[in-house]
Amino acid sequence: MSTPVNNPTGESGQTGAISEEQPRRSLKFSGAGKTGIVVILFWITMVFIGPWVAPFHEAEFLDEALFIEPGLDDPYPATDFLPPGDVAYLGTDYLGRDTLSRLLYGARTTIGVSLLSTLLAYLIGITLGIAAAAGGRVLDSSLSRLNDAVLSMPTIMLGMVVISAYGSTLPVLIALTSLIYASSVFRIARAFGLDIMVSDFVDAARVRGEGLGWIIRREVLPGMILPMASDFGLRFVYIILFLSGLSFLGLGVQPPQSDWGSMVRENLAGLPYGAIAPLIPALAIASLTVAINLVVDDISAHHGGKLAEKII
Amino acid sequence: MPALLEIDNLVIEAAGGGASPAPVINGVSLQLDAGEVLALIGESGSGKTTLALSTLGYAKPGLEFRAGEVRLNGDDILAMPADEKRRLRGQRVSYLAQSAAAAFNPALRIGAQVTEASVLHGQLSQTEADRRATDLYRALGLPDPDHLGRRYPHQVSGGQLQRLMAAMALCGKPDLLVLDEPTTALDVTTQIEVLKAFKDVIRQEGAAALYVTHDLSIVAQIADRIVVLYAGEVEEYGTVDDILNRPQHRYTRQLIGAVRPPPDSTLRPESLEETRQDVPALEVKDLTAGYGRKHASGHTVKVLRDVHVAVGQGRSLGVIGESGCGKSTLARVISGLLPAMQGDVLLKGQPLKPSLRQRERRQLQKIQFVFQMADNALNPHQRVDQLLGRPLEFYFGLSGEEKRQRITELLHMVELPAEFSERYPEELSGGQKQRVNLARALAASPEILLCDEVISALDTIIGASIIQLLKRLREQTDVSFVFISHDLSAIASFADDIAVLYAGLVVEQGPANRVLAPPYHPYTRLLIASVPELSQGWLERTLEMRETQASIDRAVEITDRGCPFYRRCPLAIAGTCNQEAPPLRNLGHGHSITCHRSEAEL
Amino acid sequence: MLIRAVLHRIATGLVTLVVVSVLIFLGTSVLPGDVASIILGQMATPESLAALRSTLGLDQPAYVRYFLWLGDLLSGDLGVSKAGAGAGTGGTSISEMIAPRLINTVQLAGAVALIAVPLSLGLGLAAATYPGTRLDRSITLSTLGLVSVPEFLVATALVLVIAVYLGWLPATAYVSGTETGMALLKTLALPTLTLVIVASSQIIRMTRASVLNVMSSPYIEMAVLKGLPRRRIVLHHALPNAVGPIVNVIALNLAYLISGVVIVETIFAYPGLAKLMVDAVQTRDLPLVQACAMIFCSAYILLVFIADLASILSNPRLRYPQ
Ligand code: SF4
Repeated sequence: MSTPVNNPTGESGQTGAISEEQPRRSLKFSGAGKTGIVVILFWITMVFIGPWVAPFHEAEFLDEALFIEPGLDDPYPATDFLPPGDVAYLGTDYLGRDTLSRLLYGARTTIGVSLLSTLLAYLIGITLGIAAAAGGRVLDSSLSRLNDAVLSMPTIMLGMVVISAYGSTLPVLIALTSLIYASSVFRIARAFGLDIMVSDFVDAARVRGEGLGWIIRREVLPGMILPMASDFGLRFVYIILFLSGLSFLGLGVQPPQSDWGSMVRENLAGLPYGAIAPLIPALAIASLTVAINLVVDDISAHHGGKLAEKII
Repeated sequence: MPALLEIDNLVIEAAGGGASPAPVINGVSLQLDAGEVLALIGESGSGKTTLALSTLGYAKPGLEFRAGEVRLNGDDILAMPADEKRRLRGQRVSYLAQSAAAAFNPALRIGAQVTEASVLHGQLSQTEADRRATDLYRALGLPDPDHLGRRYPHQVSGGQLQRLMAAMALCGKPDLLVLDEPTTALDVTTQIEVLKAFKDVIRQEGAAALYVTHDLSIVAQIADRIVVLYAGEVEEYGTVDDILNRPQHRYTRQLIGAVRPPPDSTLRPESLEETRQDVPALEVKDLTAGYGRKHASGHTVKVLRDVHVAVGQGRSLGVIGESGCGKSTLARVISGLLPAMQGDVLLKGQPLKPSLRQRERRQLQKIQFVFQMADNALNPHQRVDQLLGRPLEFYFGLSGEEKRQRITELLHMVELPAEFSERYPEELSGGQKQRVNLARALAASPEILLCDEVISALDTIIGASIIQLLKRLREQTDVSFVFISHDLSAIASFADDIAVLYAGLVVEQGPANRVLAPPYHPYTRLLIASVPELSQGWLERTLEMRETQASIDRAVEITDRGCPFYRRCPLAIAGTCNQEAPPLRNLGHGHSITCHRSEAEL
Repeated sequence: MLIRAVLHRIATGLVTLVVVSVLIFLGTSVLPGDVASIILGQMATPESLAALRSTLGLDQPAYVRYFLWLGDLLSGDLGVSKAGAGAGTGGTSISEMIAPRLINTVQLAGAVALIAVPLSLGLGLAAATYPGTRLDRSITLSTLGLVSVPEFLVATALVLVIAVYLGWLPATAYVSGTETGMALLKTLALPTLTLVIVASSQIIRMTRASVLNVMSSPYIEMAVLKGLPRRRIVLHHALPNAVGPIVNVIALNLAYLISGVVIVETIFAYPGLAKLMVDAVQTRDLPLVQACAMIFCSAYILLVFIADLASILSNPRLRYPQ
């Protein structure tokens, strides 16, 4: 019953029969969403200034001298897998490097590579998705078939097959990731595009004689931006997880660059002895991905949850 | 002894309160005695459904009861604990929803759904309930009552499903039946039989009923008393006779005034047809159109066959037919959205290319399309000035001050204030959106305006005001109209010429006064008979006619052989009508009928 | 109609399999260098390269090699691993390498599916039956958290807590094949637990979403207005309509399990097929990678096919045409 109440005088506008005004809905964030935004902003800042605020260089082996405690008379204390302390706030790794510093340096690789892949995936996916939605049946069905083929393989399998053949250099990783995820973007962009293409207002533009380019720019794209924005967040999360997974398997970003996924892997040996070095980078990844998901949740709730259906 | 149902000072508001300016239901009181039918009438947004649902102790998500009482046989429903409310529903009060197609669960058999509530409430055993259901199917005039329960909802027709829902509601012998616009979604010819079935079964069961509708003519047929609801308040309350014949309040009078008079040939001056010209503004010749591949015969669905219609300069052609008859397809073919398979569309005698892309911009500008749902036809991301400005730029290259002025003019033409140019569609009401939709088409300064069901999504009063607007436009400009509708009275009040479409075929056409007067094509006659009248007893009178008798429970079928109306026609000639295509009979004055029967027989 | 739909799905499934095999073949065979030079690496001489090429059939055009490979695959011959392959000699038979690993992986995945599916259906339905309650909110929040963190976080956290601090279970899951009873159970417990957590959270979320989606339809409101109790509405009215989507979700997530399996087997050093494949990728043992990828992808396609079939069968429109 949210329909505006109509004026009984036949609502002829001249008499000022203006129906109850609905304010443009504005996006509101919940407490969880706001926390998410803060965390995301923090990490984005670290991408830019991480190396400058890090206490040590990412590759620096901490000097034993730093850990000599006055009371204990040990001139050569162990420097690897140290628990958090005054020198290394988050402990040290298997080679005795400062975990916090590596984390801050690693933000650049992990977030940078993922973001670049997501952007590329979007560029490819949206372009092809709209082309399929607007470009007629033949183009649509051939693009869709191709897409189904890519989607019919678990992403990690596709990733492993390609990496086994081409190695895991950064360009290969980015190209691979963006192509895999472009297929999901394609599917959603096509679905939204098709929805809008059959609406009456697009028909109205076609009857007017508008060209396809104008219709896509002015009628189709504006309607896709907000829903696709929250899909962008989700896709970004999947890509971070995918790339970290590869790094974790030793198939992703290669040393000496520090990257959160590989930091987990290299420190795995300490796990049975209770070292938290593998846990910290895993938690860093989680903090970012959970934060993004919280924000996305808010945006899609704003959309009445319709979005979630499409994305499933 | 208390009345069966008493509603006392009921207030229902948006949950959470605060934000909402006015309650949805604001202090409504009313009474309903056993065996009585009370109609609840109002427009969308008047709160009639909300009020009806309150008798089940139910508020839609987002709404909550704020104050007042709803008493059934003296028990306050709103104060009941959840469990007790549950036992009340389906047992003492039951509900019939507007769309049976949506209200039946597609995954369960019909019989199980009809009997479920009474079995679960422990009123009947499964066998008893099944027997009762079968009796009800029979009483409701449903086909094959013994096996109907085994079917799934998608296996029966819409009209039957609507009656099955009545069976579902009545199975537990409720004291009170709540019917929420139960015939609104049906075609007029189907509406009659469903209405009749409801009326009979309510009488027979002796249940009291609350009948929610926006249609006064329906109310006149079925109700004893009427409550007129406006903006959540009771505007007027009285017997049917009082309200229809001696309405007290302004709004009620408006409502009655907006009911379009039944189609009547005598209302139209004869002289109009003399103004016919040689070259019509728009002519459609031998048009066949449909969906599917163009040349692979057999795979195509022909929605229109050999259609031939014409509109004179400054005149209006009404195209009438029931859902699925192809009337919207006709508009899409004329506009070029759907290229025709065969035949021509002529603009001032000049043939147009079938598809949009091949037409010239000048030709496109002359034919403008006004879509049915303004909601979907206006891009929600564009402001009114952008919506109206684009055709001005596109066709006439206007910009700046010139464009702004023209937009103000257009808004003025459709009776909207100039300030509306800064609004987004969602800031407008339904009627205002439809006006903007119309203004956008006018912005192109067209010669032909295709209006596809432009008032069917609107409330009666607003629909009437849009028709007034269209009439004024027709007088002030030289535009020709193609007015497509399923509502014969709307067409009769606006069109100069009428074409009656049935299953893709024009079965009758001519000047309005001739089409609406005998001799009729049997289908036209059925249509005219089915338009509800604002007088008590119309339903019974209409049902006695052979046309309505013959068409009961017969679905429209699209055949390539013989006359498509054969199965529903009271005059059908077996062996001829189902074998041979009926001939076109020219009755003079541009009036023609497609039928095997001769003029005299009709 | 039903039979047509089923046949159509079978055909689609087969076509997909073929397409996937082409993709895998292309992914590994159209290389800048070729397999022979990768295999021989530093020790390559022109003669040994040519010899190995003809042994491997690399002197044939690509499509011929594809059909040869596919033919071998269909007859159960998965080819020869790079391991042990020298100039002119064959390596270890892949079929022999894979068999024990496959059994291990199936064991693990089977155990996970048996626990995860009923568990997550139950929790998902419970959340959907009482939306907005404390139960629902805690389920949605914790699953949202779990689906957005990497699998290895769950695994490392579990190891730290259960194996290291509490000392209940071993931190690795190396099985030699001789373990039985309690010992085997203990070894498998942590990997299984990790995978159950990873797989369930997604199924729970999707089950809840599908049921709630159905719960907003008019026929559910009708059922409420008929006075039916909430449990009956969810189980009797909503569930049958949600079966299609839910089965699909389960199939898709059992497939996500594949990536989970890869990671879990690596963390726990569990000798399964996935660990074998990861090692093969690192050593660039292409024939072995191809074989493993084919097995995993076929399993995935089979699951999706079964899900499709289930949703067709649950649709009365297809079972009882008009
Ligand atoms: S042709 Fe025959 S069936 Fe058709 S309308 Fe005329 S009399 Fe009826």
